Amino acid sequence: MTVSVDKLIRMAEQIGANVSISTDPDIVAERLADHLRRFWDPRMREELCRAADQGVVLSPAVTAAVAMLKSSK
Amino acid sequence: MNQNWIPYRRELDYGTPEVQSRQQVTLAVDGQSVTVSAGTTVMRAAMLAGVSIPRLCATDSLEPFGSCRLCLVEIEGRDGMPASCTTEVDEGMQVSTQSRRLAGIRRNVMELYISDHPLDCLTCPTNGDCELQDMAGAVGLREVRYGYQGANHLDEAKDDSNPYFTFDPSKCIVCSRCVRACEEVQGTFALTISGRGFQSKVSASADEPFRDSECVSCGACVKACPTATLAEKSLISMGQPEHSVITTCAYCGVGCSFRAEMKGSEVVRMVPNKDGHANHGHSCVKGRFAFGYATHPDRITRPMIRDSIHEPWRKVSWDEAIGFAARRLRQIQEKYGRLAIGGITSSRCTNEETYLVQKMVRAAFGNNNVDTCARVCHSPTGYGLKTTLGESAGTQRFDSVMQADVIVVIGANPTDAHPVFASQMKQRLRQGARLIVVDPRAIDLVRSPNIAADYHLQLRPGTNVALINALAHVVVTENLHDPAFIESRCEAEAYQAWRDFISLQENSPESLESVTGVPADQVRGAARLYAAAGNGAIYYGLGVTEHSQGSTMVLGIANLAMATGNLGREGTGVNPLRGQNNVQGSCDMGSFPHELPGYRHISDEAVRRQFEQSWGVTLLSEPGYRIPNMFDAAISGEFKALYVQGEDVAQSDPDTQHVTAALESLECMIVQDLFLNETAKFAHVFLPGSSFLEKNGTFTNAERRISPVRKVRPPLAGKEDWEVTAALSNALGYPMDYRHPREIMDEIASLTPTFAGVSYELLDRLGSVQWPCNASSPGGTPTMHVGEFVRGKGFFAVTPYVQTDERTTRRYPLLLTTGRILSQYNVGAQTRRTENLQWHDEDRLEMHPADAELRGIGHGDWVGLRSRAGETVMRADVSERVQPGVVYTTFHHPNSGANVVTTDNSDWATNCPEYKVTAVQAYPVSQVSEWQQRFRRFDREQQNHLAGAEEPETG
Ligand code: SF4
Ligand code: SF4
Ligand code: SF4
Ligand code: FES
Repeated sequence: MTVSVDKLIRMAEQIGANVSISTDPDIVAERLADHLRRFWDPRMREELCRAADQGVVLSPAVTAAVAMLKSSK
Repeated sequence: MNQNWIPYRRELDYGTPEVQSRQQVTLAVDGQSVTVSAGTTVMRAAMLAGVSIPRLCATDSLEPFGSCRLCLVEIEGRDGMPASCTTEVDEGMQVSTQSRRLAGIRRNVMELYISDHPLDCLTCPTNGDCELQDMAGAVGLREVRYGYQGANHLDEAKDDSNPYFTFDPSKCIVCSRCVRACEEVQGTFALTISGRGFQSKVSASADEPFRDSECVSCGACVKACPTATLAEKSLISMGQPEHSVITTCAYCGVGCSFRAEMKGSEVVRMVPNKDGHANHGHSCVKGRFAFGYATHPDRITRPMIRDSIHEPWRKVSWDEAIGFAARRLRQIQEKYGRLAIGGITSSRCTNEETYLVQKMVRAAFGNNNVDTCARVCHSPTGYGLKTTLGESAGTQRFDSVMQADVIVVIGANPTDAHPVFASQMKQRLRQGARLIVVDPRAIDLVRSPNIAADYHLQLRPGTNVALINALAHVVVTENLHDPAFIESRCEAEAYQAWRDFISLQENSPESLESVTGVPADQVRGAARLYAAAGNGAIYYGLGVTEHSQGSTMVLGIANLAMATGNLGREGTGVNPLRGQNNVQGSCDMGSFPHELPGYRHISDEAVRRQFEQSWGVTLLSEPGYRIPNMFDAAISGEFKALYVQGEDVAQSDPDTQHVTAALESLECMIVQDLFLNETAKFAHVFLPGSSFLEKNGTFTNAERRISPVRKVRPPLAGKEDWEVTAALSNALGYPMDYRHPREIMDEIASLTPTFAGVSYELLDRLGSVQWPCNASSPGGTPTMHVGEFVRGKGFFAVTPYVQTDERTTRRYPLLLTTGRILSQYNVGAQTRRTENLQWHDEDRLEMHPADAELRGIGHGDWVGLRSRAGETVMRADVSERVQPGVVYTTFHHPNSGANVVTTDNSDWATNCPEYKVTAVQAYPVSQVSEWQQRFRRFDREQQNHLAGAEEPETG
């Protein structure tokens, strides 16, 4: 495990809340995913994706962003 | 020969300040023709013509006063003998500065002065550098007919209560230069002249000793005093300097230029440089006086190593220490992978040093795990200003404030944290500029001599974004915006989206009143005042950035400035006040894990290729860990070694116990510093650092100004900091063979477009330069975004207010916010090792009387302070500066543990910690906290390990 998963999830949700500038969930997810790509060490992104796979409950925005991260890999 | 070593002489003094005017006037002084700006005084014009007129009460840092009558001149066609310091030039004027009549009067004046002045010139501290002495010589004083027996002030007692300078009233000639310096330059109004005629005398506040008066020890009066009345104690004990070197203060982001006045390799005094572009001859107590730390016995001057933090240090040679460090780093990489190590650069180090550290991490460590302490202060500034305007830096030069009509200060306390700039701002405010302060605390600026804020929006900590949105809402809905500016300079679509958002009723001051705690009519009034200003300028500090929405707030500030057209010209702008001396520089130099020098993203192929070619390595294209990520990864066992240059994360970073747990779990920790700081107590390798007096380099201040730092004496431990980094890199097998920091700057310039024109030769010539400095602006850029934003069109970012997770509860009903004070600097490692301790020997907890009473806490009592992160104990300072429900403290002393209490909550975009909001409880206690007991034990253990440091075996 890298950075504690709880903290990563908290951070991702926080980013999601702050980039929720549009009512279009795709736009929000894209901005969130973009932020994670630009500023997070890839190990942290992987950890977040793994948590999502393990069924941790995430907001729709973070869930969608995680899906985008996975598909762009 | 070192061209920067100048034989000591007093700075040239033109007598009265420079006047700028398009209208030029030509006159003749003693037959010498000279052309000057209209409004210039005869005294200054004479100096420009090469004629020095005797004077005592005039000096060019102060407005003329006309009291000593020594500067009289004769002007053809005019009656009498006007004072040249108060007479303005006229076209065709014919001035004579010498005649028998003038000589007689001047001699009489001097005779009167000298009859009430001790004649101990030979043993006087300013012997050889005294204007009274000079004038006696200049007027040819040969006798004092009044004798020395009349009434005089020769027996008056000296006041040496101030730790850095003395006041000897027997030598005072009551010229009032000190009083005027304190008013006009510093803006503190601590001195007065009381009494009249012979009785008149200078005194501090209400006849108090200096130490107890309002005086903030800026030294302006000492510099202005023409006699030995006000003199530096270091000058008194050491005598006159023999040479001087121009260098830059290593404390705060103002970046004042100083003359280090030297005797051999000892500093006699630091005197602010009149030609300094950031400070124009002014200083604060830190840069002026608090340099004694550099020779403090606590300085560690030998490299040391050890295998475990629980054993004594071993003093070793540089080679051995560097070799040991390199071996450990490589072993760890072999075992745990190359991503398991990283480095931290420092805002206290030079640009060149910072650049080298990030280069070593990227090229020699082979990863992007590099970060800097700006993470914990201004990282949101970088994010916010880059997103909206296109460049991660303040938009103006300091002097721009002199054109501002309305000044907005948000979450900054300039009189304490940026004192010299605060003095300049106060000058502008006394000239009539209006002031809006946004701060939970009543900072000094809200009400100080001859200044009162028009609005003090005393918001609840953590509600900045709500407030900035409310201000913008008023601007947009009341049509106070600048449509022409927005249309020509900003992205239309983004503006429309922002406009729709900000106009929502939920962003109105009335809707947000219950959130921010600021009455709606005050918000409306402040918004109208700012929007209607000819020039509105925003200055902000860590009270903006150190929040969970720090980045959003920076976006919001930039939005407000764009919406009102307050960018791209003097007097306006968005200006982050940077905490430490080289925060701007360390960010510029590529200290962030996702950015190469010049704020270019590591994923940018073209940029990366350029660096790869220059450095001869392949770089990773993905960002590395930020500081808090490094700590988390260390605790989870995946990050194993850290190189820290000039930072004290164990004291400065939030959630101390989490940080120290991380440091303890490292297998190799390398610290390069002046002292065994809190972080070094967890180190396995200690590499002694060099102070700013011991190295060459550059600092970049808050106005993007690159200024030279010059070596005035050899490094105590034998190496400048950049040499140490280069040695470590070489030992790791990545060659660095610079011979001088100028070569490092040349490399930076070759790789960074905004620095392309910067070189040491240019800095020697210009004194300093503001980046961008390149082919299109070879002399630097005082104002950014003129005509066009760096990113092209300005971008309005939508800024929803999101409440922080850190909220008060029944358990933690108070909000803690942290800050700093004038006499101490950051973690205090330097200032605590100077006489500045006299003003602040402990951190205290400010709390409102109502909160104190409720808890049975009295002023000076011990209080426990607890948050979900930890608990500490400090003494209470019951004060109405804070609102009920809010408590405040500083973090200058390690054992007060302010950061034991702050949490790991951070800015959403940058992870900048939320120092400014922690939910806490306070309660009376009778002993120190458990953490403090542990801290003391560990400190004792580490001090023993240092004291017991073994010498290498010889033979
Ligand atoms: S040191 Fe500065 S604040 Fe103190 S009296 Fe002199 S000018 Fe005023
Ligand atoms: S203390 Fe110095 S500057 Fe002040 S009035 Fe006396 S002589 Fe002048
Ligand atoms: S204002 Fe800042 S840069 Fe200037 S002397 Fe003080 S600490 Fe140094
Ligand atoms: S210098 Fe002009 S009156 Fe003193």
